[in-house]
Amino acid sequence: MGETWIDACAFSAIEPEDVTRFDHKGRTFAIYRTEDDEVYATDGLCSHEQVHLADGLVMGHIIECPKHNGRFDLRSGAAKGAPVCIDLKTYATRIIDGRIQICL
Amino acid sequence: MPLNDRIVIIGAGEAGVAAALELRARGHAGTITLLGAEAEAPYERPPLSKAFLMDDSMAPTPIGGAAGLETANIGVRRGCTALRLERASRQVIASDGTTHSYDQALIATGARARRLRLPGAGDVPVHYLRTMADAFTLRALVQPPARIGIIGAGFIGLELAASARKLGCEVTVFELAPRILARAVPEELAALIARRHVSEGVMLMTGVALVDVARAGAALQVTLADGRGFAFDHLIAGVGAEPETALAAEAGLAISNGIAVDERLQTSDPAIFAAGDCCAFLHARYDMARLRLESWRNAQAQGRHAAQAMTGVGTPFHALPWFWSDQYDLHLQICGLNLHKGVQVRRGTPGEGLILFDLDDAGRLTGASGLGTISQIGRDMRIAEMLVERAAVIDPSVLADSGRPLKALLRA
Ligand SMILES: Cc1cc2nc3c(=O)[nH]c(=O)nc-3n(C[C@H](O)[C@H](O)[C@H](O)COP(=O)(O)OP(=O)(O)OC[C@H]3O[C@@H](n4cnc5c(N)ncnc54)[C@H](O)[C@@H]3O)c2cc1C
Ligand code: FES
Repeated sequence: MGETWIDACAFSAIEPEDVTRFDHKGRTFAIYRTEDDEVYATDGLCSHEQVHLADGLVMGHIIECPKHNGRFDLRSGAAKGAPVCIDLKTYATRIIDGRIQICL
Repeated sequence: MPLNDRIVIIGAGEAGVAAALELRARGHAGTITLLGAEAEAPYERPPLSKAFLMDDSMAPTPIGGAAGLETANIGVRRGCTALRLERASRQVIASDGTTHSYDQALIATGARARRLRLPGAGDVPVHYLRTMADAFTLRALVQPPARIGIIGAGFIGLELAASARKLGCEVTVFELAPRILARAVPEELAALIARRHVSEGVMLMTGVALVDVARAGAALQVTLADGRGFAFDHLIAGVGAEPETALAAEAGLAISNGIAVDERLQTSDPAIFAAGDCCAFLHARYDMARLRLESWRNAQAQGRHAAQAMTGVGTPFHALPWFWSDQYDLHLQICGLNLHKGVQVRRGTPGEGLILFDLDDAGRLTGASGLGTISQIGRDMRIAEMLVERAAVIDPSVLADSGRPLKALLRA
């Protein structure tokens, strides 16, 4: 067990190809909406210097950190090269009644 | 280049490590030897004046990740200084008694802190910040209620001032020039940074010349040209960096305010390349002007570029200069060369953030400088960088209107 779906935000609250920050129980997450309206969720802080990725730029399936432009694949959390080397954790998402839920 | 060439890289900083990793990424199978004068495994320098100074528990940030070099099968010889570069026999002679033969070599020796030239500066302890070892020394000294005197209001001096202030020290900064950051930062942003330091309680003195530093009992006494005197517990100088060129100069390589390389980062010896803070290169983006940059991203980009050049790729180095600084929660980013020419367009961002765009006479975007918190400026500055990269021509009224998201301009 241990799997819980948590209500994060309205789907319409995120623009296409954009990201928003979601804080829950002392943790912070980044929730993405792609141009094709897919929804993904990762840990909220860059693995380089702990900066909120929600302040970064989404381009296609890449989230770029706003501080030193470290890049991650927002679908897999994979770090895409220097200066970021540590992958982000990802979380399953679903949309229920127009609300995004993430699985913790 | 044959994929089994022996490659020796001198200097295990940002540029050297980036080059080594890039060579492996390009399938280079031969030996790669990284010689690093410092005792530590390769680490990132920027935190040393920022988080690392303020947080005793913070560990160094390894370059390339904790296991990056090992995974790529690259050996680093730590505490190993290259003493001589013998070009005729293609050998590097190192301080630990080893000799390393190369087919191609990369010099990535970086820079060192410029020393203060002042009467008395040789007799009293003046500290500098370039290395991890320096940072450990400063960590122990920069503790309240110490009175810290900082000489030089460049990036390192100002970042140190912010960190020391946050730790609760009494901080005074002396700057010879009439304003801070005159070389690299537009006046309006520099004034905002100065104001922030003052409101945080830093005593910031510009347009002042030091004439003497001396011991006065347990304290250190700084005397200004106008006769005023100030007492401190510790003095730190941040008066610029000098390229580490001695090895190259002794080997007879051309030097010109740095190790002279062409637009492919090749030195006057075709078997030897140079990258990062140590080199003065021909910048293809700026009409082949000879530049030397001291910036983290430039060092990485040049390390990668030199690696490509060593594998035979002929493209000229073209990367857009980019730099950042952190002071308090203020984040500064600059892309382009900020030549203070042409038109400047202001864009206020949500909150207190401010971005200044530089446009040339043809209306093309040539640079941008942003100051604010990361959330105020980070995203717009990244978009600005991409627009500068394309030399985009954009209606200044759109740039100035913070109500119009910049992202739409990328699609244009
Ligand atoms: C405190 C501090 C804060 C900074 N903050 C920022 C910032 O916020 N933003 C930014 O863009 N830039 C910043 N920089 C600049 C950035 O760190 C440098 O531009 C970058 O480190 C340059 O990389 P490099 O590989 O060229 O040289 P270095 O990082 O200096 O590495 C060169 C290495 O070569 C070694 N070496 C030298 N000679 C020899 C030899 N003969 N044999 C073997 N090894 C040798 C040196 O010991 C050193 O380890 C900062 C620098 C400092 C010191
Ligand atoms: S903090 Fe994200 S790349 Fe450095």
